[in-house]
Amino acid sequence: MTISTSFKSGRLTVFLAGELDHHEARETLRSLEGLLDEYLPRDCALDLSGLSFMDSSGIALIVRLSRRVSEMGGRLWIENPARQPSRVLDASGIDRLVPVAITKL
Amino acid sequence: MKTENYIQLDFPSRSSNEAFARTAAAAFAAQLDPTLEELGDIKTAVSEAVTNCIVHAYPDHIGRIHMRLRILPEGELEIQIRDWGQGIADVEQAMQPLFTTGGEERSGMGFSIMTSFMDRIRVRSTPGKGTTVLLRRHIKPRPDRR
Repeated sequence: MTISTSFKSGRLTVFLAGELDHHEARETLRSLEGLLDEYLPRDCALDLSGLSFMDSSGIALIVRLSRRVSEMGGRLWIENPARQPSRVLDASGIDRLVPVAITKL
Repeated sequence: MKTENYIQLDFPSRSSNEAFARTAAAAFAAQLDPTLEELGDIKTAVSEAVTNCIVHAYPDHIGRIHMRLRILPEGELEIQIRDWGQGIADVEQAMQPLFTTGGEERSGMGFSIMTSFMDRIRVRSTPGKGTTVLLRRHIKPRPDRR
């Protein structure tokens, strides 16, 4: 998993690239929580355009991250999920909890 | 039903084998000339089933996972994932969305995702003996494949 970030006017965007499964999830969550502690963002966007694979382990990670961001008084949303992660997000119904936004075509 | 081709793999329940198992399944299924979306669905379902073995069947030790894929007539792909782990006492309950015994690291969506991405799912389990998950997905022949 490759994680990169951009931070602008209180908004942290985290780009995940690679495959997010149970094997990768724990380490990825730890890194993401570390980034929240470091930047203390108002809002956080999780850009999944570079994520080539995600299973339900990714759903659990997003739910935990969303809870963490809202405890900090902010909002989390998902941006530009690639095709396969997008199908998993749809099947899980997670958009009722975490909005999914398409910002680039 | 006549088997046109098959593979069988045995591997230990190490989480590093999750990616291997789904990639191997996709490589075998490729001979049915599936779309990218169908391949993604197959990889996802295999990943969920194998993760269940790793997390739930063998929670405190490394055990054996058996994966068999068969191509049946008319583009029918069958995937069987079997373990000899602790088994599921109530399969119906385990298959409910959001039900999990895996704590905060699990979403409880594994069986729901397998069910929505595959045409058929059958789960047989005996506590103390193990679990077999059988998945079926029809790969339609199409002239306009990508």
